[in-house]
Amino acid sequence: MNAPDPAAPTAHAHATEQPLAAPQWRRATRNSTDPLVGGVASGLAEHLGLPVLWIRLGFLAATALSGLGTVLYAALWLFLPTDARFEESAPGLESATRTGKRPGLGHRLGDMGQALALGVLGIGLVLMVETVLGRGAIVFPVLIAGVGVALLWRQADEAQRERWLDSSGRVDPFRAIFGAGTTASYVRLAAGAGLVVVATALFAVTGGRVEVARDVWLATLLGIAGLAVVVGPWVVRLASDLGAERAERIRTQERADMAAHLHDSVLQTLALIQRNASDPTLVARLARGQERELRAWLYTGEAADAATVAGALREVAGRVEDEHAVVVDLVTVGDRAMDESMRPLVQATREAMVNSAKHAGTARVDVFAETTEHGVEVFVRDRGVGFDPGSVGEDRHGVRHSIINRMTRHGGTAQVRSAPGEGTEVRLSMPVGEEA
Amino acid sequence: MGDPVKVLVVDDHAMFRVGVKAELQSAAAGAVVDVVAEAADVDEAVARIAETAPDVVLLDVHLPGGGGVEVMRRVHAAMPGGAPRFLALSVSDAAEDVIGTIRGGARGYVTKTITGPELVDAIRRVADGDAVFSPRLAGFVLDAFAGSIQVAAVDEDLDRLTEREREVMRLIARGYAYKEVAKELFISTKTVETHMSSVLRKLQLSSRHELTKWASDRRLL
Repeated sequence: MNAPDPAAPTAHAHATEQPLAAPQWRRATRNSTDPLVGGVASGLAEHLGLPVLWIRLGFLAATALSGLGTVLYAALWLFLPTDARFEESAPGLESATRTGKRPGLGHRLGDMGQALALGVLGIGLVLMVETVLGRGAIVFPVLIAGVGVALLWRQADEAQRERWLDSSGRVDPFRAIFGAGTTASYVRLAAGAGLVVVATALFAVTGGRVEVARDVWLATLLGIAGLAVVVGPWVVRLASDLGAERAERIRTQERADMAAHLHDSVLQTLALIQRNASDPTLVARLARGQERELRAWLYTGEAADAATVAGALREVAGRVEDEHAVVVDLVTVGDRAMDESMRPLVQATREAMVNSAKHAGTARVDVFAETTEHGVEVFVRDRGVGFDPGSVGEDRHGVRHSIINRMTRHGGTAQVRSAPGEGTEVRLSMPVGEEA
Repeated sequence: MGDPVKVLVVDDHAMFRVGVKAELQSAAAGAVVDVVAEAADVDEAVARIAETAPDVVLLDVHLPGGGGVEVMRRVHAAMPGGAPRFLALSVSDAAEDVIGTIRGGARGYVTKTITGPELVDAIRRVADGDAVFSPRLAGFVLDAFAGSIQVAAVDEDLDRLTEREREVMRLIARGYAYKEVAKELFISTKTVETHMSSVLRKLQLSSRHELTKWASDRRLL
């Protein structure tokens, strides 16, 4: 029994896995799309695959252990990144989001009720503990201060999500504090600060007998805490912003690679053209093919694949261009998914283009395809020599079989209009909807 | 007959300008077209237009300093009414370039693969006040209006194409020349040109929102 050589497979695996993405370890994130407070519970629920209610109840239960749950929640809030930085939507959507053109999230009533219930339950728990242990007035100031700090933190957190930048990319101190500057953020900030002040005052009133020194000490502590609340998120996440920057750099490199690849293909073609300068048909074909590829990549972004009718027609037109040394000017209006019922249409279009390329004697074929909800119409036209459709012998199969019969067999129609000297136009039409 | 059309060529590639000049001279044997000046960027183009007062400006869409649309904006602002006519000549046939340039005020849009005689013909038509629609441009127009009519059926009628205009656009998209369109529809060539001009006007007037929607549906924005 041969023990596998540990070195070889490892090296092999190493070599093959290197170009792949780094091993994916799932990282817990805060849920930024529907946070009740900070999105910690819903983020954790997603990460652990548990119902979010369980997580929230867990935090609540842990709170009963001398506030462990609250501390835990606060810590997770501090250290978990939001999921927003990991997702990337389509460029158009991102632009619309940046310029505020997309609808906001509606508040879910169910979640609000849950939050209210949990809150009341929490207060009840605290009160119960208090009645049992008989510890007096300290709980309420601490509770109020806690809510205030949470509000302040939430504000700072949201402001952080706006990345503390104005549109020109500079750090804007106003935005850093007030976020997007909505009424809600002002209210939240004021309420948070107010609650902290009330808590301090309450403590001073109830703890009036305590020495002044202790009050000063407490005030300092609160000041430091406030500062940490405002600056904290920024400092903590500065590090993780580096990751986003790295991703951006990778994207840029990818783009540069694409451009380089394209350059190569163009240069290759030009080199071929130089070497074959004496062969005009080959030069024209190479140039046409290269132009088509480059144009598709630069301007349309629509691949010539057969997934849609327009894509299939583009593919066919490209092949006819290459094989018969003509220019096929294809214009499409509307589009629909390619399916079996459209195949005869595409094949008939191809046949019509080939006929024009072969017999018309011109170097140019115009093709227009229009897709409506009722069907697809294709017009193939050239300005060549034309012919008299009536004089075509019964033995000529091209037009009759490949175009007209094929279309009628599959429920479509085909018409050939031509006259000597006036060019030819083939009109194809294929209905959709009802079964043909 | 008549004076040659004074043309200004605006393109940032010197080689392309030379090529266009040579092509126009050889194609327009009887000096139908006279290239009076060239310009390589937006500032230069605006200055040359003020200096030479050309009839037609052959305008590249992608130009240093803001693009062809910026040239048209500044010229129209500087000389309202007396501005020359613009014919866009670009290597790009992307929908947003074509529609954007037409909306910016160009009277036509042709791509750089056009032959010399066709370009001369297009210049003459633009100089005469007609619009030049290539099949591709007609396709974009149909697409734009077809998409917007279904979405925003409430928009004012002015922004829609009439049935006749649609017919004309479809024939142009099928590769028909103006003369052939006229014959097919039993109308005069002049009427075809009138329809074209009103399509152009509607394209420029139609609400910005529709076009944005249309473009973003196709992920062009």
